[in-house]
Amino acid sequence: MAEIISPMAGVVAEIKVSVGDEVSPGQEIVIMESMKMMIPIEADKGGKVKEILVNVGDFVNEGDVIVVLEN
Amino acid sequence: MEEKKTKGQILWELREKVRQMGPERHKKRIKEQGKLLCRERLKLLLDPEPIVEDGLLANCLEEELPADGVVTVLGKINGRDVCVMANDFSVKAGSWGERTVEKIIRIQETAMRLHIPMIYLVDSAGLRITDQIYCFPGRRHAGRIFHLQALMSGLVPQICLLSGPSAAGGAYIPTFCDVIICVDKLGAMYLGSPRMAEVTIGEKVTIEEMGGSRMHCEVSGVGDVLVSTEEEGIEAIKKYLSYFPQNCWQKPPYAEPRDPEKDPRELEKIIPENQNIPFDMYEVIFRIIDEGSWFEMKALWAREIITGFGRINGMPVGIIANQPKVKGGVLFVDSADKACRFIRLCDAFNIPILFLMDVPGFMIGTAVERQGILRHGCKMLYAVSEATVPKISVVVRKAYGAGLYAMCGPSHEPDACIALPTALIAVMGPEAAVNAVFYNEIQAIEDPKERMKFVREKQEEYREQVDIYKLAANLVVDDVIPAWTLRDELIKRFTFYQNKPGELRYPKKHGVMQV
Repeated sequence: MAEIISPMAGVVAEIKVSVGDEVSPGQEIVIMESMKMMIPIEADKGGKVKEILVNVGDFVNEGDVIVVLEN
Repeated sequence: MEEKKTKGQILWELREKVRQMGPERHKKRIKEQGKLLCRERLKLLLDPEPIVEDGLLANCLEEELPADGVVTVLGKINGRDVCVMANDFSVKAGSWGERTVEKIIRIQETAMRLHIPMIYLVDSAGLRITDQIYCFPGRRHAGRIFHLQALMSGLVPQICLLSGPSAAGGAYIPTFCDVIICVDKLGAMYLGSPRMAEVTIGEKVTIEEMGGSRMHCEVSGVGDVLVSTEEEGIEAIKKYLSYFPQNCWQKPPYAEPRDPEKDPRELEKIIPENQNIPFDMYEVIFRIIDEGSWFEMKALWAREIITGFGRINGMPVGIIANQPKVKGGVLFVDSADKACRFIRLCDAFNIPILFLMDVPGFMIGTAVERQGILRHGCKMLYAVSEATVPKISVVVRKAYGAGLYAMCGPSHEPDACIALPTALIAVMGPEAAVNAVFYNEIQAIEDPKERMKFVREKQEEYREQVDIYKLAANLVVDDVIPAWTLRDELIKRFTFYQNKPGELRYPKKHGVMQV
């Protein structure tokens, strides 16, 4: 299990994966909008998307889990 | 009849024995852990000759304490004089006794007297508690090591290779250095060991988690460079030193100029015009600096800002660059600290600084306010103001709000602030500004299409207000240049600025910097 954590406060602008998708390290998972910037959040490790904990438009804080991967 | 040994022979044998370091069983264990022995490290670090060692015979009447667990030498690295202190883990786990501490203090004093770099090869279990009254509390005891480190700071480069433990007070030796090169899996530093943490606060952790090299390079930001082997770490010391002068009164050495690794003519293609789209700032850096000249500091920590040394046509420069690819390049508490530390390092040793700006400003929100973003932002601004080395700031793309000041915008006395045509300098970006100024009007428009149209128009008007040619016309920036000429421009400018005296501005003891 690997958690993808929001690196900063902001709003979820785009979710680029679905539950069940295989993702590779470095792949963009979510695009966040913060400070008027579009900020890609990438997977550190590869795995299968187990759970997506946010919706587009949600406010997330630094440290919030946004996606859970299983290895 | 066996011939009687001369005094000279007896001494010679003793000296040879001391050079063999601690007991074989300890040396064997060190090798099993994949570590180098103390004198092997020195051999890799220093030119073969000349080397002089002081205190070889420290504690020589004690069988198991050769050199009292630390080797202190004067030697050369690529022909440059240096002082070195190297803990010997084969001697009572590199622990400190009375003579150990005295030897460390003396080699520090030597470095201060001769104005030459001080290198610490750290691998020690800490103070021998049984000997504490002889080496902990007094005038020339352990505290003085750190006291001297503070006094030496900015006088001569202080470099640490962390290839073993460095516990409790001993962990201040690395931390007081200008740079800590940490060997992955071998190096560790912490105030309280895992055992002490378990007893004292009930926390159960491994040494790696508590203070491993990786943790310090990725999480705490105490470490500067993470290397995978000691050999790599020793090479890193040599490379780091190549950017530095011997002391704060000298200029850093130049190297043979080389072309950049990547083609500077491609710069324009790399920088997206849309301010909100991230790109990789390393792509700019590797088109500006000489090939193979990059030495990054704190590469794994606060990655939204990049700090490192490079050479431009052979001239050493410190580069501070926003990284839009990470957290949008926004400045956070850690990124401000990272930049502050780096600026002061460059300024202390006369290394010119290049700022590459693409910054949406300092982060806002309750989380960062509680962390004291104001305090941390102040530090970065303070360091920029304080720095008197040649400074060039380049507005690569956006420079919003206090981000402009923190990245050495025109107000902060750069020798030049130059912009690329993609530059956008403003209190805030068009989106935020239009929202702030026309909030009520925008809310009053009911039709979403009309609302969007209104916002777009206002954003366009705003962009025109802060058009880079307007700023150039008003002499806000010193020049606007095409991206593909950036390297050549920097070579010319840094050459003109190289003899800037860079003395202190006002006679005073010191400022009162936020921390």
